[in-house]
Amino acid sequence: MQIIKDLLDGDRKALARAISMIDNEDPQSKEILKEIFPYTGKAFIVGITGPPGSGKSSLIDRLIHLIRKEDLKIGVIAVDPTSPFTGGSILGDRIRMHEHVSDKNVFIRSMSTRGSFGGISNATRGVVHLLDAFGKDIVIIETVGVGQSEVDIAQNADTTILVLTPLSGDSVQILKAGIMEIPDIVVINKADLPGAGISQADINIMLDFKNKRTWRPPVIQTITFNDVGTQKLWEEIKKHRSFLEKEDLITKLRAERYQNDVLLLMEKIIKDRIWYTVRETAVFEKMIQKINNKEMDPLSAAQEILNSIDLTNHE
Amino acid sequence: MIDKKIRVLAAKVGLDGHDRGIKVIAQALKDAGMEVIYTGIRQTPEQIVEIAIQEDVDVIGISILSGAHLQLLPRVTELLRKEEADDILVVAGGVIPQEDFAFLKECGIKEVFTSGTLTGDLIKFIKENIIKRE
Repeated sequence: MQIIKDLLDGDRKALARAISMIDNEDPQSKEILKEIFPYTGKAFIVGITGPPGSGKSSLIDRLIHLIRKEDLKIGVIAVDPTSPFTGGSILGDRIRMHEHVSDKNVFIRSMSTRGSFGGISNATRGVVHLLDAFGKDIVIIETVGVGQSEVDIAQNADTTILVLTPLSGDSVQILKAGIMEIPDIVVINKADLPGAGISQADINIMLDFKNKRTWRPPVIQTITFNDVGTQKLWEEIKKHRSFLEKEDLITKLRAERYQNDVLLLMEKIIKDRIWYTVRETAVFEKMIQKINNKEMDPLSAAQEILNSIDLTNHE
Repeated sequence: MIDKKIRVLAAKVGLDGHDRGIKVIAQALKDAGMEVIYTGIRQTPEQIVEIAIQEDVDVIGISILSGAHLQLLPRVTELLRKEEADDILVVAGGVIPQEDFAFLKECGIKEVFTSGTLTGDLIKFIKENIIKRE
């Protein structure tokens, strides 16, 4: 495919167009993902998550600055939410990163969630592959502003960073399941605000008596506007990376990710097949009618339809 | 299930901090189901074109109230041609005198929307004029 050749040759317009095709589920996107796969696996993937307004984009801006000093190439995927009402979105993360627009070794792409609820979009994984094949050394994924349970990022990043702000909850919040279970590094951003030390201590205490893990997530304070703690953050990312590589945990991590990929893809293929097979068919319509008339229940209908259709069809 | 969303770059060019208008526009386009990437204020034509390419947008909407539209807007379309990205629809809005419209359109600005424009008219114009890519 020409677009893949161009992309591998470093043509950023081809990269940008290929990303759109993945995002739009263009008919050619499957072929692109298949062909690109052999060229992937070199990039290190950093996930940044945290509540809205905690400073994720501004932190990424500072990280890009530091990473570029080491002459590494960077790709950024910044995800913002799609409106469930209109399907539209405002993608405003890159406002904080404008300093790097003219740097040819930085590629930033804004994406909207398009119906996904895990904090990133369904197409994110594919776009990571594209940036990886394009030759990016580091790929940073910024999630939407999250609440307590959007944890898909952990499955998609090698290092996951949780960005919080001072006094955003007491120690019970930290004990809870969900978002507090996924970080490899915790950042207390806007540490110039009162309470940063209290939050840091709270989180440290909880992390100490939580499950015994080989990697104990560090908790660091940052202030983005005058670059306090950002160098330390980049050092911690590198430390976590060498930890993963030394123990060869990264291979295990990636194997788990591929397993998850395959499962999700199978689910999606089957889901699409079911939909294409049954939609607008007389049988389907009749079942719905029956359920409407209370002559049948939805579960029995689902089972009956599944038993009657052939799912081995290729699309 | 192809889900082709219209992607729009809402841009502020030059030394101009008036962003009320562009925010109203961004909101209206979002409500019309489009994906709107906002650049923030004080961008150069070079930055706008580079962002448009990276974001693979269908439309660039530039807001300018500073009076420098005759210098900055043609620069954007010139750079787009240089990058072979002039299939992107470019529209402008803000404080722009009527007598400058003809020159701007000659330079490749498809339409100029001044204050008093109904957002519905802009949405209609975009939908009718974007170049459909395969």
